[in-house]
Amino acid sequence: MSTVLVLAVTGLGLGALYFLIASGLSLIFGLMHVLNFAHGALLAVGAYLGWWVASHLDVAAGLRLLVAAAVGAVTAAALAALLELGLVRRLYQREIAQVLVTVGVGLALVALLQGIWGSDPKTYPVPHWMVETTTVGGAAIPHGRLVTIAVGLVVLGLFVLFLRRTRFGLVVRAGVENRAMVTALGIDVRRAFTLVFALGGAAAGLAGALAGAYFGSVTPQLGSSLLIYAFIVVVIGGLGSVTGSAIAAVLVGLLQQFTNYYAASGIGDLSVVLLLAVVLLVRPQGLLGRPV
Amino acid sequence: MRIPRLLGWAPGVVVVVLLALLPWSALDVPGVLPGPLDSPGTLQVLAVCLVFAGLALSYDVLFGFTGLLSFGHALYFAVGVYVTAIALTRWHWALLPSAGLALGCGLVVAALVGAVSLRVRGIAFAMVTLAFAQAGSVLVVQDPLAVTGGEQGLGLDVGKVPDAFIGVLNTRNLYWLALALAVVVFLVVRLVTTSPAGHVWAAIRENEQRVTVLGLRSYPFKLIAFVVASTLATLCGVVYVLVVGGASVGVTTADFTLSLLVMVVLGGSGVRWGAMLGGFVYMLLDQRLGSLAGVGGVAALPGVLRVPLSQPLFLLGVLFVLVVMFLPGGLASLVRIRRTRRARDLPRRPLPEAEGV
Repeated sequence: MSTVLVLAVTGLGLGALYFLIASGLSLIFGLMHVLNFAHGALLAVGAYLGWWVASHLDVAAGLRLLVAAAVGAVTAAALAALLELGLVRRLYQREIAQVLVTVGVGLALVALLQGIWGSDPKTYPVPHWMVETTTVGGAAIPHGRLVTIAVGLVVLGLFVLFLRRTRFGLVVRAGVENRAMVTALGIDVRRAFTLVFALGGAAAGLAGALAGAYFGSVTPQLGSSLLIYAFIVVVIGGLGSVTGSAIAAVLVGLLQQFTNYYAASGIGDLSVVLLLAVVLLVRPQGLLGRPV
Repeated sequence: MRIPRLLGWAPGVVVVVLLALLPWSALDVPGVLPGPLDSPGTLQVLAVCLVFAGLALSYDVLFGFTGLLSFGHALYFAVGVYVTAIALTRWHWALLPSAGLALGCGLVVAALVGAVSLRVRGIAFAMVTLAFAQAGSVLVVQDPLAVTGGEQGLGLDVGKVPDAFIGVLNTRNLYWLALALAVVVFLVVRLVTTSPAGHVWAAIRENEQRVTVLGLRSYPFKLIAFVVASTLATLCGVVYVLVVGGASVGVTTADFTLSLLVMVVLGGSGVRWGAMLGGFVYMLLDQRLGSLAGVGGVAALPGVLRVPLSQPLFLLGVLFVLVVMFLPGGLASLVRIRRTRRARDLPRRPLPEAEGV
């Protein structure tokens, strides 16, 4: 029983990470039909800058992580907005070219990180209390996992509030439904593009800090390895649906943890692929996506 | 009509002949290549470039000629690399049966994965192919059957490789093998893309719905394109493992497929020689830009410039973004633009014969 609980919490933590990356990807795709391949690199840049600032600060470890997360989220959001304004926007209506540009930026950013800080893993500032465990129902649960899950839930809540309760959220939702109509109504949907890119970037930067704390270290390739699973989550959840991404992230995280433990290491990753194949064949638009 | 058609082949034939004669030349291109053209180091670099020229062209059959955006092309290359390496090293098969097995495996895997993933379109198709390739990558890394060597990779046991392909002195034979591969891939791709099926591929790329409305089922045509492209990639993998003498996990990753996409777009998608040029140039830069950083000029630069310049992938990434932004047709469009301009100019100028009349 206790093993099941630990696995569940670990799986949910992983799911929260996937969700943070996938939510931004899903919104960007839903609104602009662009798969942002630079998303993983944004995450890595956020993680590295957060780590770099935090390692120059002489404060308590908890505060350091907070600073690292904030710096990571802000830089990743700024970079994402720059990417949209500087490159993606100029390729309006050339959707393949937009995807290609993000591929190039992703390559360049990761190489830059590697050039500056090398390819060895960097130890991330993890406060002591996050490594400590609380015993719940006979299972030792690390606090860090709970923090990750909590952040994932908060971001989900914020995204839903933003989409349902704000004017910009309304524009974004309308844009996902029918971009041409929104433009025809005289709303500058391009501002929503930049905003969605920045929000997605912020979530990715936050995910970078959390992934650093989750795995204990960061590497330049951190983003690209998480990105593949985030893509899978986005497609299973349904392109353009944040709630769908959340559900799919939980499914994928749990499935991966449980099968990795009970079957064999690596089977978990394979079963995620299988889940994707099954979902796409049975329901090509994903769990909560609109029919294509 | 006959002579102009032969003339159309002439540039290609000249390039191939020049490349074939290259191991006898002692010409030195400082900076670009590690040594004189006939040195084994240079020939090895060029052989890898030629393999990737073929591989990029095989990817272009999907991306440029049929309009299928696949993120799983690495899988079929990896099948060629790993099955050949495993058959040679673990099972001590001879080279030809090993290569045959690899091609057979590539064909079967491609048919199965293609049959499933082509049931969805667009981004979903890209994701399914990505997922299958990821599954392949996981299998290679986790190594459940203890044959792939996992993260360490698998060095080739040369015991069963013909003597002609072993040893530093025989690098030129490997180079010719790679050149032959590139030529074969080119000829096969030319054959299939100019065949009736190839015309249907182009139609699918332009407007799949229209193809369906005209009464053709697009699915079998896409499946054929997928299988042809994937099997060619497997063939490239077989040659690659001989050229580099081992298999490594890098060739199974999604990043590897992305680099193929970069090559094709860099060279010019949908143009046969463009994709090959892209693959060749990309690999040349990838292998040689790193050593540029060691050249005095770059090492003396301040860190702000030196660090980015010493990362080949950074330069390639930036170059790629620039090409996508400002040269959408890739390197091939440079020549094409000139050609169309010439063609457009032609009627304006009076033709020599016309003057005479």
